[in-house]
Amino acid sequence: MDLMLAILRMIGDTTLSVVPIAAFMLFFHRVVLHRQFAEPVQLGAGFVLMLAGLGIFLLGLEQALFPVGRLMVDQLVAFTTARLPEQAPGWWDYRLIFAFAFCLAFGAAIAEPALLAIAGRVQELSGGTINAWGLRVAAALGVALGVTVGTVRIAAGIPLHWCIAATYAVIIVQTLFAPRAITSVAYDVGGVSTSAVTVPVVTALGLGLAQQVPGRSELVDGFGLLALAAAHPVITVLAYAQINALLERRAQRLRTLTPPQDQEPG
Amino acid sequence: MRLFWRMALGSLRDLAPVLIVILFFQTIVLDRPVSDLAVLAQGAVLVVVGLTLFVYGLEIALFPVGDALAYALASRGSFAWLLAFAFLLGFGTTLAEPALTAVAGEAAKVAAAGGSIADTAPALSRYALGLRLAVALAVGAALVLGVTRIVFGWSLPKLVAGGYLLVIAITFVAPPEAVGIAYDSGAVTSSVITVPLVTALGIGLASSLAERNPLTDGFGMIALILLVPMLFVMLYTAVLAWT
Repeated sequence: MDLMLAILRMIGDTTLSVVPIAAFMLFFHRVVLHRQFAEPVQLGAGFVLMLAGLGIFLLGLEQALFPVGRLMVDQLVAFTTARLPEQAPGWWDYRLIFAFAFCLAFGAAIAEPALLAIAGRVQELSGGTINAWGLRVAAALGVALGVTVGTVRIAAGIPLHWCIAATYAVIIVQTLFAPRAITSVAYDVGGVSTSAVTVPVVTALGLGLAQQVPGRSELVDGFGLLALAAAHPVITVLAYAQINALLERRAQRLRTLTPPQDQEPG
Repeated sequence: MRLFWRMALGSLRDLAPVLIVILFFQTIVLDRPVSDLAVLAQGAVLVVVGLTLFVYGLEIALFPVGDALAYALASRGSFAWLLAFAFLLGFGTTLAEPALTAVAGEAAKVAAAGGSIADTAPALSRYALGLRLAVALAVGAALVLGVTRIVFGWSLPKLVAGGYLLVIAITFVAPPEAVGIAYDSGAVTSSVITVPLVTALGIGLASSLAERNPLTDGFGMIALILLVPMLFVMLYTAVLAWT
C-alpha cells in the first residue's frame, strides 16, 4: 500500500514538472500554428505511459539504487583512506576508487533512458550503419573515462580547466579525421548520457571523494566531474566511428586486392 | 504484450551492469553482505518497469509530437516564430528544471565561501536565482543558435570548436571557484525530458527542410546546450565579481 502511494506521488511530481512544457507545446501547436494532432488518443496514451514510467523509474532509483550507491561510495572511500600510507598519500593510493568510479559510471550510463531512446533514433536515421548498442557502449565507456579522469583530478589536485582544455584539444583533432556522418551525433551524446541516472551518481562520487582527500574542498572540488563526464563520450564515440571506418576500408581493400578464387581455404 | 516483455527484458539487460558493479564491490572488495537486498531488488524491479514504460511512451508520443511540431513550424515558413518557439522552450524548461535549482543552491554556498557574495540568506538566494536565469537564457540562446544552424546549414564542428576556444579563454577572467559550476551547468540542464524533446525537434526540422540531412544537421542541439551555459555562467560570475 505504501508502495502504491509512493508511486502515485512520484507520478504526480513528474506530471507537475512536465505539464508546463506540454501546455506550452500544445498552445503553440493549436493557437499559433492552427494544427490538430493526427492521433490524439494514441498520443495521450503515450504521454500517460511516459509520465507513469518516469515516475516509477525515479522512485526505484531513489528508493534503492541511489542510497546503496551513496553508501558504497562512503564505505569505499573510508576503506581506502583507512589503508593510506602514514605520510603524504599520493594520488595512486586511491586507485581502488578510480576502478569503482569507472565501473559505476559505465553501468549508470548504460541504464540511462535518454541514451537508450536517442541511440535507437540514430540507428534508424543512419539506415543501420550506426549500431544502437555499439553507440551506447561507446558513450558509456566515454562517461566512465570522463569520471575516472575527474576522480584522478580530484585526488591529484590537477586544475579542472587543464583537463577540459586537453579533452577539447583531442576532440578538435579527432573531428578533422572522423567520418562526417557521426560528428553531430558524437557532440550530442555527452549531454544525452548525463541525465537521470548518471548525474546523481556522479555528483555523490565527487562530493564523497572531495570530502575525504586532504587539502580538497568539498564545495569547490566536488564540481567538474559532470563536465568531464559529458565531454569524454565525444572522444569515444568519434573513436568508435573511426575504428568502424578503418575496418570497413580494410575489408574493402582486401576484397579488391584478392581475386575471388584466392579466398577459398587452401 | 509480447513486445512489452521483450522491452522489459531489454531494460533488465540495461540495468544489469550497475547491479553487478554494486554487488561485486560490496561483496568481493568490501567483503560485506548487502544489507538491504530486498530493498535493492524492489528498486531494481521498479526501475525496469519504469524504464520500459517511459521509453515506450517516448516512442509513441513525444517523438511524433516533436516531429509534427517541427514540421508545422517549418512549413508555416515563419523564421521569427521558429526562433521564438525555440527560445521560449529552452528558457522555460530550464527555469523549471529541479536539478538546476539544486545545483544553483550549492553554487551560491561556494560563492559565499569564496568571498564573492555575502553569506546571508537574501544574498544567497539572489545569487542562485541569477545563476538559474543565466543558465535559462543560455539554453534559450543555444536553441536559437541550433535552429538557425539547421536552417542555414552551418557546420557544427566549426561552431563547437569556436565555442571550446571561447570557454577556455573566458576561464581566465572568471572567478576560480565558479569555474567548476560553470562547466557543469550545461550537463545539469540536459535532463531526461528535454534531451528527447529537443532532439525530436532538431530531427523534425532537418527532415522537413529538403536540403538538410536529419543525421548530420538534425543532431547538434544538445551539444550547444552543453556549451552555451558554460559561457553565460562564467560571464555572469565574472561580471558579479567586478561590480
